[in-house]
Amino acid sequence: MKVESEGQLAEAIRAASGPLDIVGGGTRPVGCGVGEVLEVGISGISLYEPGALTLVVGAGTPLAEIEAAIAAEGQRLPFEPARWGALLGVSGESTIGGVVAANVSGPRRVQAGACRDSLIGVRYVDGAGTVVKNGGRVMKNVTGYDLVKLMAGSWGTLGVLSEVAFKLLPAAPAQASVVMDIPAGEAVAALSRALGSPYDVSGAGWLPGIGAVVRVEGLAESVAYRAERLAALLAPYGARIERDGSAAIWADLAEVRPFHGRSGDLWRFSIKPSDAPGVIARLGGEVVLDWGGGLIWALVPEGTDVRAKAAPYSGHAICLRGQAAAFEPEAAPVAALSRGLRARFDPRGILNSGRMG
Amino acid sequence: MDMPIPSQRVLDRKAAIVARLRAVLPADAVIDDPAETRAYECDALSAYRCQPMAVVLPRTTEEVAATLKICAADGVPVVPRGAGTSLAGGSMPSEDSVVLGLARMNRVLEVDYDNRFVRVEAGRTNLSVTGAIEADGWFYAPDPSSQLACAIAGNIGMNSGGAHCLKYGVTTNNLLGVTLVTMAGDVVEIGGPYCDAGGLDLLGLICGSEGQLGVVTEATLRILPKPEGARPVLIGFSSNEIAGACVADIIRAGILPVAIEFMDRPCIVATEAFCHAGYPDCEALLIVECEGSEAEIAEQLGLIRQIAMRHDPVEFREAQSEDEAKRIWLGRKSAFGAMGQIGDYMCLDGTIPVSALPQVLRRIGELSVEYGLEVANVFHAGDGNMHPLILYNANEPGQQEQCERLGAEILKACVEAGGCLTGEHGVGIEKRDLMEVQFDAPDLEAQMCVKDVFDPAWLLNAAKVFPLHVSAARRAG
Repeated sequence: MKVESEGQLAEAIRAASGPLDIVGGGTRPVGCGVGEVLEVGISGISLYEPGALTLVVGAGTPLAEIEAAIAAEGQRLPFEPARWGALLGVSGESTIGGVVAANVSGPRRVQAGACRDSLIGVRYVDGAGTVVKNGGRVMKNVTGYDLVKLMAGSWGTLGVLSEVAFKLLPAAPAQASVVMDIPAGEAVAALSRALGSPYDVSGAGWLPGIGAVVRVEGLAESVAYRAERLAALLAPYGARIERDGSAAIWADLAEVRPFHGRSGDLWRFSIKPSDAPGVIARLGGEVVLDWGGGLIWALVPEGTDVRAKAAPYSGHAICLRGQAAAFEPEAAPVAALSRGLRARFDPRGILNSGRMG
Repeated sequence: MDMPIPSQRVLDRKAAIVARLRAVLPADAVIDDPAETRAYECDALSAYRCQPMAVVLPRTTEEVAATLKICAADGVPVVPRGAGTSLAGGSMPSEDSVVLGLARMNRVLEVDYDNRFVRVEAGRTNLSVTGAIEADGWFYAPDPSSQLACAIAGNIGMNSGGAHCLKYGVTTNNLLGVTLVTMAGDVVEIGGPYCDAGGLDLLGLICGSEGQLGVVTEATLRILPKPEGARPVLIGFSSNEIAGACVADIIRAGILPVAIEFMDRPCIVATEAFCHAGYPDCEALLIVECEGSEAEIAEQLGLIRQIAMRHDPVEFREAQSEDEAKRIWLGRKSAFGAMGQIGDYMCLDGTIPVSALPQVLRRIGELSVEYGLEVANVFHAGDGNMHPLILYNANEPGQQEQCERLGAEILKACVEAGGCLTGEHGVGIEKRDLMEVQFDAPDLEAQMCVKDVFDPAWLLNAAKVFPLHVSAARRAG
């Protein structure tokens, strides 16, 4: 079933007699899809004001359409959302609603925050079929509870998004990277050093075959200045400046290209960066690092008991592909609050009930 | 301002409740002498006052939990309080309430530069968070203008902003984790020193929930390395419209200053009389601040100059020294003090789309004439967060009510323009009864359902945020 308006969406949820498997473009199949597929095709830009850095769009709008429209005005989504299709081996067009539902943030997360930090408004339909709005189209808004944040990363389990609003940022005219040929386990210390400098780093990761890499973006002269200062700061790690190849490195890192077309279980850790070297050593598999080591993409042999093997770490791990439970069990008091919220937002328990475990 | 009728059942049991609190808390943590509880009768919305039944000043999370358990068991309303600087009445007590003040919980618990966070007790003041790390070249970004006095607990409660959030975001964008004590007395750890937590974003929900979901006793905050330098420019314009157009052009040009502040003529005149900052004689002025190395600042300010020149400014003043930079900020930072010198004022906090700036300023001007009260405007123009200051005389009968009516009309105009009632101060009691201007019944119902989960008996700060008639059935239960 596909819905193309908020009214149709509300009607479909009200009429549902069993579980619904909510889908945007179907490019982030994490956890288990249960029940009848409900495709959200509410598409189109309803408001775009470049002078106010704000965008309001239907949740089913393809990410590509949004990126093209705002790039034409020299702007971008601050959080650098990445596509996971090639990584997870699925076809389909990533939609903005899926990006929000999974709270997908790319390398610029370390500087500009997550998807949820740029999200300023939502409209959604809850599990009873009621349309609810929260937030709005302005950058600063503390009127009532922040259900906008709650909806981001809720994987469609609390309500189905119909419309989302973002604050945008000007696209940077220039970028450069500083590259260090060091192993993953040693990268975190170098990345921390860069992120602790005043040079406004907008990306800090590690890729096999390239090494540790740090990005700066902005006006051309400023980028040149900061890249040089970072290269000097990171000289003990053998740092060199990469200008022309910078954008390609970050595209590869955002979409985890080294793992495309590879078999094995795929995991994503969000942890305290200084825990990363230990986790990498204990896991022993292949990794790609982002967020200064705070994000580890790990490719391991099928069936590896990853959480047990990687422990201890402060944070959590999601299984993107494999037999393990997708989400880590929460501490009892937190789980009780989450359960309470789900029971209120979706009393029948029909929305994406298999997604978050 | 209507407040619920205090519970006689609770008031009658005051002695027993205080005795129970004393039995589990240190002697100096419980205050019930009316001469001493008077200090807690209001916050910075001082027009409204009410002495609480008792005040508890805990030193540990365990003491907070013990207090809440006792209050929950006895059905006693609790009003959490950070430093009491809320402009919205967020920590105004009720007569039958226990105020839970966090002022004694002010320690820094952990500083971790490698992972870029600090963990502090939530009663610590905003500025002293930066104070603990600035010698090492770091800072905590959210900078509400009350930052010398306001507590992190209140910043989290209201999701406070500040002048520099155009670049660095507000509290919620800089908060990594909290220790939360629920009304039932359960201690819950949410988030931590990492980017994204697993599960639902409870942290995002708690930030800005105005002390209605739990009491935050500890906070893990993201910290940033200090930029190499910062420098402001001051640009004067012959009308509000032109200044507004210049703001939009700066943003469209792809420059992201750390702050764009706007002052209109009434505000310029008042601050000049107050602090003699040497501002130009003009209708509106912008203060734009850029950060980075000297060369980077020069590059950005050069572009801003080009843009400003297209709008025929009355003056473009670039700070050439630290002293000149201070003078440019002096008037803006003194604006509230200057207004206080003239008389009483009410500070509004609506946010509007930046594009609606000229239209909303015009409407505020019309309303000001209609209601016969002067309004000065000073605000964060880059993000559309307005702070109209309505001047009135509290000693003249009827003026405060007239001021509140004008304030309500201005906030309605903000919502009609596509904006919201409050950008960074919170709803509290002040804007509670306007919530239905912005939200429909299902929108408020969804929010109240969240409180049902965290505080089923509606004992925590319950008379705030939601219009009383909307929350009545829940509070009575």
